[in-house]
Amino acid sequence: MIQWTAEQLDAFVQLLHDEAYEVLGPVIRDGAVTYGAMQALPVGYGDEQAAGHYRLTQRGDQTRFGYNLGPSTWKQFLFPPSETLFSVRDDLIHPVENQPGKRAFIGVRACEMAAIEVQDRVFLQGEYTERRYEQRRQQVFIVAVNCSQAAATCFCTANDDGPAVRGSADMVLTEVNPQQPWYLVEAISETAKKLVAKIGGAPANDEQHHQAQAAVNEAAEQISRQLPRKGLRDALFDALEHPQWDDVASRCLSCGNCTQVCPTCFCSTTQEQTDLVSMEVRHQRLWDSCFTEMHSYTTGGAIHHKTRSRYRQWLTHKLAAWEDQFDVSGCTGCGRCISWCPVGIDLTEEVEILRKSP
Amino acid sequence: MNKPSLAVFKFASCDGCQLSLLDCEDELLKVAELVEIANFPEASRRILPGPYDIALVEGSITTEHDEERIQEIREGSRILISIGACATAGGIQALRNYADVDQMVRAVYPQPSYIDTLATSTPISRHVKVDYELHGCPINKYQLLEVLLAFTAGRRPQVSNDSVCMECKAAGNVCVMVAQGEHCLGPITHAGCGALCPSFDRGCFGCYGVKEQADVESLFVFLRDQRGMTTQQAVALVQSFNADAPELKVIASDRKWGRRREDRPE
Ligand code: SF4
Ligand code: SF4
Ligand code: SF4
Ligand code: SF4
Ligand code: SF4
Repeated sequence: MIQWTAEQLDAFVQLLHDEAYEVLGPVIRDGAVTYGAMQALPVGYGDEQAAGHYRLTQRGDQTRFGYNLGPSTWKQFLFPPSETLFSVRDDLIHPVENQPGKRAFIGVRACEMAAIEVQDRVFLQGEYTERRYEQRRQQVFIVAVNCSQAAATCFCTANDDGPAVRGSADMVLTEVNPQQPWYLVEAISETAKKLVAKIGGAPANDEQHHQAQAAVNEAAEQISRQLPRKGLRDALFDALEHPQWDDVASRCLSCGNCTQVCPTCFCSTTQEQTDLVSMEVRHQRLWDSCFTEMHSYTTGGAIHHKTRSRYRQWLTHKLAAWEDQFDVSGCTGCGRCISWCPVGIDLTEEVEILRKSP
Repeated sequence: MNKPSLAVFKFASCDGCQLSLLDCEDELLKVAELVEIANFPEASRRILPGPYDIALVEGSITTEHDEERIQEIREGSRILISIGACATAGGIQALRNYADVDQMVRAVYPQPSYIDTLATSTPISRHVKVDYELHGCPINKYQLLEVLLAFTAGRRPQVSNDSVCMECKAAGNVCVMVAQGEHCLGPITHAGCGALCPSFDRGCFGCYGVKEQADVESLFVFLRDQRGMTTQQAVALVQSFNADAPELKVIASDRKWGRRREDRPE
């Protein structure tokens, strides 16, 4: 492994631009760290998070990755919130081609890498593959980052998904020393090795490896929330009539935010949109959520008619049924559903109560 | 096959919703191909006699004459669609439902004796059977076109009944409630505007009306207990464009809101 200065990291981002990547990464917008098309890494931003609460902060240091997760997910690029799949014009079907260019994701955290791999299982494994997801996924170059700090809403350690990156990133960075940061760089894929070589950098010594490890350990120690996984699936399936579902239903607004910010939720719906002037009909796919009425609508009505059963569907799918379906948990502990629930419902607290007998 | 006939009727309202139909411009000619515009005084002086296949009704019921006229319109229309916050939830003029209407009349009009009005402003569905309600203040013109298209084709309109939050997240907005501590009615509000207000950095004030399974009280309990909102602020927040929506009335009229449902007296 080698080490970079902050300037070398910034030069690497520029190199990705020069190499014709669409560079997607942290962008400061509307009081949050969001993901989008970026020129250079923002410097010195952090965040303060709690249930139903997020504030962007200035850290007063030189960190490029001193923030934790914001409301955006990488899902929005691989599985966009809305897209037209085909259109019908003059009684003929016209496919809408999906031709993604090469993209670089900068700053993918451990739980996010895990979430991308969860969605890989959903969309790419089994009998049917989602072609558009696959085409986009193949074009992505992932620059992952080990977390050097955790938000109060994080709990990636529950599933051993972080804070150190374990997935199949192209390269992994660790940021050390916030005031004058340097980066431990691990180039994994061949593409990454070639690109990293263009920047150069001194080999990292033992002491530096040590410091990088200490930074990640510190993040792990900062994690305060827990979601013990042992026996969780059975415990939830045994608790389907627990009174706590009524309690959470009396607070939950069925707004769907928790599913929309979740990096693993994959539900979608389709609609036909008619352009009255051209008489073209567009067949669109949109993100859906088990908190909407139409998600479970069948002839005669919605199966998940009440908020109680919608919340139960969400929680038991994420943490229990997902395991049966995809052999992993649907939750990587990113904590977004906690921060971005407008009324601060925290799934770790709900689970703790649901696991106790009423 | 004869083209279905369309009529547009107005009650107490600002005209904004029916103007969305005129505002369609490019699409308006297609609308005229799909339906016979039989009675639409804002668009044409030509008024064909009823009965009509589709009636769009804008505005709320605020006079005795309105009460009679809506019955006639219902009898003379095969499908009745109420459009906008006034027609679906009483509109801004339903603020009178919480006040003394005579006092209001005296405060507003130089000659109060000219005013002949009911004490309440109520939605169309309170008076006659309504086949479909399209929400918004004003309604979204593309949704109106979709509804017309669907009813002429005899299919279900593709109008989302999700929350504004769903549109807000799809638009990639940063939630103003979480990231800025704004009060936002998005979680309990019917989608349709594309999360217009949060896209411009302010909270939703609920002009698209209350969504299905909306737990209005839960939101306000949270805003009071966690955000220090006062009852007065809560009432001001909900008493706007859909003041007569039953779900909002709980907050506006029951000053004991804020207790959990199980603690409420039956
Ligand atoms: S939790 Fe709900 S929205 Fe998410 S994948 Fe499961 S059913 Fe879909
Ligand atoms: S369920 Fe919540 S904590 Fe788990 S991955 Fe989804 S958003 Fe993150
Ligand atoms: S748990 Fe929170 S974010 Fe999820 S639907 Fe309920 S209120 Fe909305
Ligand atoms: S800003 Fe309002 S509408 Fe948007 S997600 Fe937040 S609460 Fe919902
Ligand atoms: S965000 Fe709310 S207040 Fe603003 S236009 Fe939409 S429904 Fe109306």
